[in-house]
Amino acid sequence: MNRCVERLYNGIIKENPTFVQMLGMCPTLAITTSAINGIGMGLATTAVLVMSNLMISMFRKVIPDKVRIPAYIVIIASFVTIVSFLMQAFTPELYESLGVFISLIVVNCIILGRAEAYASKNPVIYSVFDGLGMGLGFTLGITIIACIREFLGAGTIFGITVTAELFEPIGIFTASPGAFFVLAFIVAFINSRAIRKARKKGGRPELCRIADCASCQNVMCQGRRTESAENGLETAPSDENGRKEQA
Amino acid sequence: MNIFLFAVSAALVNNVVLVQFQGICPFIGVSKNTKTAAGMGGAVIFVMTLASTVTSLIYYYVLVPLDLKYMNTIAFILVIAGLVQFVEMFLKKKMRALYSSLGVYLPLITTNCAVLGIAITNVQKELSVGMSILNGFFSAVGFAIAIVILASIREKTEHNKIPEAFKGGPIVLLAAGLMAMAFNGFSGLM
Repeated sequence: MNRCVERLYNGIIKENPTFVQMLGMCPTLAITTSAINGIGMGLATTAVLVMSNLMISMFRKVIPDKVRIPAYIVIIASFVTIVSFLMQAFTPELYESLGVFISLIVVNCIILGRAEAYASKNPVIYSVFDGLGMGLGFTLGITIIACIREFLGAGTIFGITVTAELFEPIGIFTASPGAFFVLAFIVAFINSRAIRKARKKGGRPELCRIADCASCQNVMCQGRRTESAENGLETAPSDENGRKEQA
Repeated sequence: MNIFLFAVSAALVNNVVLVQFQGICPFIGVSKNTKTAAGMGGAVIFVMTLASTVTSLIYYYVLVPLDLKYMNTIAFILVIAGLVQFVEMFLKKKMRALYSSLGVYLPLITTNCAVLGIAITNVQKELSVGMSILNGFFSAVGFAIAIVILASIREKTEHNKIPEAFKGGPIVLLAAGLMAMAFNGFSGLM
C-alpha cells in the first residue's frame, strides 16, 4: 500500500509531468485558455493513462520486445478513441472546445513514456497508481496554468468573475502568445527558486530541461540519439546538454 | 477556393506551431542553430506532405467504404509510424544523399503531434484528397518558416546578457511568444 501512495506522490509532486519533467507541452500551451478546458483535458489524459498502464502492465509478459512500441500505440489509441466517444456523448461542449487535441492524446509523450518506463516493468496495481499519479499531476499542472491565463485574460476562474471588474482583462493572455508568455514566466519562477536553493547549499542548480529535445521521453527516437549526435544534431544525452546550457 | 489564399491561410494565418500549438517539442528542441532547424523543416515538409496524402487516401478509400470512420485515430497513427519507418529504410537504401540530410530527423517526427494533427484536421474539415495534400504541404512550410526564424533569433541572442532564471527554456518561450504575436498580425490578410 505504501508503494501506491509513493507512486501518487511521485506523479503529483516529485516528478510532476508539467512543472518538473516538462512533458506534453502541446496540450499544455494549446488548451489552457480556460480552467474548465484544463481540467477536462487533464482528466481525459488521466483516464487514458490509467487504462493504458493497466493494460500494458497486464500484457507485459505477452508482448514481444521487438514490437512493443506499435503494440503500446495500438492500446493507447484504442483508449483515446473510447475516451473521445465518451466525451462527445456526455460533454459535447468540452469536446468541441478541445477539438483535435483529444485525438492528439495518442502522441502525448507522458503516456508512451510511462508505458515504456514503468508499466512495462512493474505489477498491475502499482502501474495503475503510477498512471493515476502522473495523470493527476498533469491535470494539476495544466489547471494551474489555465487558471492563471483565464484570470489574466478574461478576469474569471472557472467562468466566475473574480476581478469584480476592477481592471480590464488583458485579452492577449487567452490568445496564442499569452500561452508562451505565461509558461515562460512559470519556468523562470521555478528556475529562480532552484537557483536560490543551490546558492544556499552550494552546487549546481537543477534548471528546467525544456529547451532540449533529449529531455522529451520520446521513445521513438531513443537509441538513435548516439547516431544523431554523431551527425551533429543536438540530441546528445540530456544531462550533458543541460550542463552546457548552464555553463 | 483561391489557391494562394489557401496557402497563406495554412502556412501563416493558421501557423501550425505558433497558432495551433502542434509540434512544440521539435520547435523548441531542434532550434539551436539555423542549419539543423532548416534540416528539420525540410524533413517535416517531406513527411507531412506524404502523410497527408496517404492518410487521406486511406480515409476515403478504406475507412469510408468499410464504415470505419471512427477508427481514424488508430489507423492514422499506425500508418504514420509505419510510413516514417518505411521512408527511412527506402532513403537509406536508394537515396543516400537525401538520407544523409534528412535521415537523422525522421525518427524525431514519428510522434510529432503536428503530423497526426494535420491528418486529423484534414478529415475533420472534410477536405478532398487534393486539398489535403496541399494543406499538409503548406502547413509544413509554415512549420519550417517558424522553426528557421526561431533558430535565427536564438543564434542572435545566444550571448546576450539575460537574467539567470530566464536562461535556456524561458527565453526561448518568450521569443516564441513574440513571434506568435507577429504571426497573429497575418490574420488581417484574410
